[in-house]
Amino acid sequence: MQRINREEGYRAKEDRLKDLFVRGLAGNNAAYQTFLGELSSHLRAFLRKRLIRLPDEVEDLVQEALLAVHNQRHTYDPSQPLSAWVQAIARYKLVDLFRRRAIYEQRTDTLDDGMDLFSSADAEAAEARRDLNKLLADLPDQFRLPIMHTKLEGLSVREAADLSGMSESAIKVGVHRGLKALAAKIRGAQ
Amino acid sequence: MKTEDLITMLATGAGAVEAPAAAQRYALAIGWGATGATLLMLALLQVRHDLGHALLLPMFWVKVGFVGCVAAGSLFAVLRLSRPGANINWVPVALGLPVLGMWTIAAFTLIEAEPMERSKIFFGDTWKSCPLLIAMLSAPVFVAVLRTMKDLAPTRPRLAGFAAGLLAGAVAAVVYCLHCPELGAPFIGFWYLLGMLIPAAAGFSFGNSLLRW
Repeated sequence: MQRINREEGYRAKEDRLKDLFVRGLAGNNAAYQTFLGELSSHLRAFLRKRLIRLPDEVEDLVQEALLAVHNQRHTYDPSQPLSAWVQAIARYKLVDLFRRRAIYEQRTDTLDDGMDLFSSADAEAAEARRDLNKLLADLPDQFRLPIMHTKLEGLSVREAADLSGMSESAIKVGVHRGLKALAAKIRGAQ
Repeated sequence: MKTEDLITMLATGAGAVEAPAAAQRYALAIGWGATGATLLMLALLQVRHDLGHALLLPMFWVKVGFVGCVAAGSLFAVLRLSRPGANINWVPVALGLPVLGMWTIAAFTLIEAEPMERSKIFFGDTWKSCPLLIAMLSAPVFVAVLRTMKDLAPTRPRLAGFAAGLLAGAVAAVVYCLHCPELGAPFIGFWYLLGMLIPAAAGFSFGNSLLRW
C-alpha cells in the first residue's frame, strides 16, 4: 500500500515538473524558473547521496547540472519521461566529476533507477565553492556582454543590442554560445 | 554565485527553444560528409568503369542495401544516444539485423560454391585495401557527425562514439560501392563490415574525450 502511494507520488511529481518544463520550453520563463528551482532540490538530494565522500562538491555539481539542463534543454523529447532525461544528465555530470578526480565509479548499480531522482528533495543550498561570477567575468566580451545585459540585468534583446552596439542576432547567439563556453570553463577549471 | 541566483539568471529571458530537431541536424551533417566522401573517392580512387553494367546486377543492390541498412540502423542509434535517458533497447537489433541478413546470404554462397572457389570468393581481389579505403572515406562524415553530436547531449559517450563511427563508415561504404568491383556476399559481410568497424572502434575509444559536453 505504501509502495503504491510512493509511486503515485513520483508520478504526480513527474507530471508537475514536466508540465512546468514544457511550458518553459514554449517560452514561459516564470514556469521555467519554478521548474529549475524545484529541480535543484532534487538534484541536490540525488547528488548528496552519491557524493558522501566529497560533500564540498555537491553544490558546485548542482550548479553544473543545472547549467547542463539549460544548455541541452533542446534535446528533451516530451514523449519521454522527464525523470529519465534529467537523471541521465545528472549521472553524466557525476561520472564526469569522478573521471576528473580519477575516482572509479562506485555504486553504478544504483545510478540507473529512473524513479530515483524525483523521490527526494533537499532545499538547503550550501555555498558553492566555485564562483560562476568570476568565470563569467573571464568570458570574452562577445559572450560576456549579452549574458550580462539580458540575463543578469534583465534587459530585452533589443535594449542589450542598443547598449552594446552588437546586433540582435549577435546578442542571442552570444547568450547561447556564452553559456556553453561557461560550461566548458567549468570543465576546464577542475 | 548562489544556486538561486544561477537559476534566476538561466530563466531570465530564456524564451522559447528554437533549436532545429536533431534528425535535421544529422541529415545536414551526413549530407556534407557524404559530399566530402564522394569528392575524396573521385579524387583518389575512381568510379568503377563498368558501373553501368553493375547497376543491372541484383548483387550490386544487395550490397548497397546492406550498407544502407547499416547506415539507417546506426542513424537510429545515433539519434537515441544523442538524447539523455532515451530508450536504447532496440539499438542492438537495428544494428544486428542487417549484419545477420548479410551473413545468411554469405553462408549460402559459401555452401553452394565449389570448395576450391571458397577462398577466392571470401578474399576477392581487393581485401587488403577495401577496409582501409572505407575507413579513409568515412573521415568527413565522422567529423561532421561528431560535431553535431557534441552539440546535443550524449550521456553514454563511448557507445555514442561507436554509433557515430559506424554511421560514418556505412555512409562511406555506400560511396565506396561506386568504386568497388567486389560483389561476393562473403566479401561484403566481412571486409566491408571490418571497414565500417574501424571508425566505430575509433569512436568507441575516443568517445569519452571527443564527446565531452
